[in-house]
Amino acid sequence: MTLAWREALLAFRRSPMLSALSVTTIAFSLFAFGLFGLVALNIREALTRLEDRVEIRAFVADRTPAEAAATALGDVQAFPEVATAALITPAQALERARRELGEFSDVFDAGILPASIDIKLKPGFRDPATVRAVAARLRTYDFIEDVRYGEEWVEKLQEIRNVATLAGTGLGLTFAIVAVIIIGSTIRMAVLARAREIAIMRVVGATDGFVRAPFLIEGALKGTLGGILALVMTWTASELIGRYVFAAEFFDVRLAIVGIFAGTVIGLAGSAFSVGRHLKAV
Amino acid sequence: MTPEPATGTSPGGLSGHTGTHSAATVIRFTRVRKEYARTGLALKDVSFAVNKGEFVFLTGPSGAGKSTILKLIFAEERPTAGEVKIATLSSATMRHRDIAKLRRKLGIVFQDFRLLEDRTVEQNIAFALEVTGAPRAGMSGRIGRLLTQVGLASKAQALPRELSGGEQQRVAIARALVNDPLVLLADEPTGNLDERATRGIFQLLREINATGTAVMMATHDLDLVKRSDCRTLEINHGQLVLDSAEPVPGASPPAR
Repeated sequence: MTLAWREALLAFRRSPMLSALSVTTIAFSLFAFGLFGLVALNIREALTRLEDRVEIRAFVADRTPAEAAATALGDVQAFPEVATAALITPAQALERARRELGEFSDVFDAGILPASIDIKLKPGFRDPATVRAVAARLRTYDFIEDVRYGEEWVEKLQEIRNVATLAGTGLGLTFAIVAVIIIGSTIRMAVLARAREIAIMRVVGATDGFVRAPFLIEGALKGTLGGILALVMTWTASELIGRYVFAAEFFDVRLAIVGIFAGTVIGLAGSAFSVGRHLKAV
Repeated sequence: MTPEPATGTSPGGLSGHTGTHSAATVIRFTRVRKEYARTGLALKDVSFAVNKGEFVFLTGPSGAGKSTILKLIFAEERPTAGEVKIATLSSATMRHRDIAKLRRKLGIVFQDFRLLEDRTVEQNIAFALEVTGAPRAGMSGRIGRLLTQVGLASKAQALPRELSGGEQQRVAIARALVNDPLVLLADEPTGNLDERATRGIFQLLREINATGTAVMMATHDLDLVKRSDCRTLEINHGQLVLDSAEPVPGASPPAR
C-alpha cells in the first residue's frame, strides 16, 4: 500500500494546479452545504428554545387538601412525558403575576389566583398530541378545575417545525447531491489527466484494485482537505454574521468532525465512481 | 471446460525457426473470429500457435488485423468466436481479474513507446515491477542489469524526452522484460524509428529471443522481414494468408 500512498501524494506534486482546483471546488460545495446546515441548525435551536416554553398549567380547586394535591403532584411527576412538575400556591402565583405584569401589580389581591400544578414536558413530547393527552389525563383528577396549555400556540409551533424539517431535508439533500456531482466531476478531471498513466499501468499488469488505490487515497485526501477548508470558511462566515448581524450558533465539535468526514466520504465516493467508470471504459 | 483445439485446423506442434524446438505452446489461436460493433469483421477464422522461444513476424497491410491479434493476445479485446489461449489462460474461461495475471506473463511494446514522461528511465522500469507488488529490495540491481542488456546503462537517471526515439524504445523493451515474460509482443516497435535505430531494435529483439523469450513482432516493414529468416504470419482482410512455417490450406502464397 505504500506505493499507492506514494502515487497519490505524487499526484498532488505533479499537478498542483488541478489538485488545488479540486480541493477548492470541494471546499466551496461543502461550504454552501455548511452554510445551509448552519441556517438549519439555528432554526432548530430557535424552535427548541420556543418549545422550552411549552407548559401545561392545571388549576387546582380551592380548598383542595394539601395531601391530595401533593399526591397528584407525585403522580404527575411520574408521567413518562413529564420533565418537571411543581405545585404553585396562590401566594406564589400572585408573586409571579406581579413580577410578570409589573404595571398591573396593584390590581392583584391575595387570594385572587388559584393554586396550580405547572408542568414542563421532556423534549420530544412537546407536540400537540402528547400535550393534549397529558392535559386530558390531568383533567381526570376531580380537584383539577381547568387545564391550560395554549393549544393554538403549540399547534402553530408544530407546523413551523414540520415545514422547517421538510424544507431542510429537501434543501440539504439538494446541496449534498450538487456537492457530490461537482466533486465527482473534479475527480473525473484528475482521472482523465492521468488516463495515459492508467493505460500504461494496465498494460504492465496492474490489477484494477492497484490502479484504483492511489485515486481513492487522492480523492479521500482532497475531500478531507476540502472539508477542513469548508469548515474554516463556514466558521469565518458564522463569526462575521455573529459580529454584524446576530449571534448565531456554530456546529459543535461532533458535527464539525462529521462535516470533515463527509468531505472524506464524498471525495472517496467521487473518485471510486470516476475511476470505476474509467476502468470500465478502457 | 476448455474446448480442445481441433488438430486439423490448428498448426500445433510447430517448430520455431529460431532453432529452439520446444513443444510448449505459449500462444494458441483456434478459429478466432473478431467482430467490432462499429467497424465490423476484423478477424475471420484465424488459427496459429507460437511456441516457447520462437520469433514470429506478424505482417500485413494497415488495417489487416495485426493490432487486433495483439489486442486479443493481451486481452484488451475478447474474441467473438473461437479461443485465444496464452500459456494456460484461455479466453473462454478468463475472468476480468485474470487479465492482470495474463499481462504479467507478457511484455508489451508499442510504436509510441508509452513511457511516463515525468519519470526517469529507472523509475519507468521500476513502475512495471512495483505494479506487480514486487519488493523494492533487489529492484535496482535487476533494473541495472536490464539497462545494460538494452544498452542504456548510463541513461538510468535520464527522462524520456532526453532520449532519442530508439533509446526510448529500448527503455520500453526493458520495461517489458522486467517481469520475465513468456512472450514479448511488439506492435510496430520500429514504426517511429529511422533505419539505423530500427536495425538496433530488431537486433535487440533477436538477442532477447536468443535467451529463450518468445517474440511476436507486428510490422509492415517488409525489408526487415525479408532480410531475416524468421517465421512470418501474414494477415490480410482479417484472414491468415501465410504462415511461413506451414502452408495455410486454401491460401495462395503472396508474392514476397
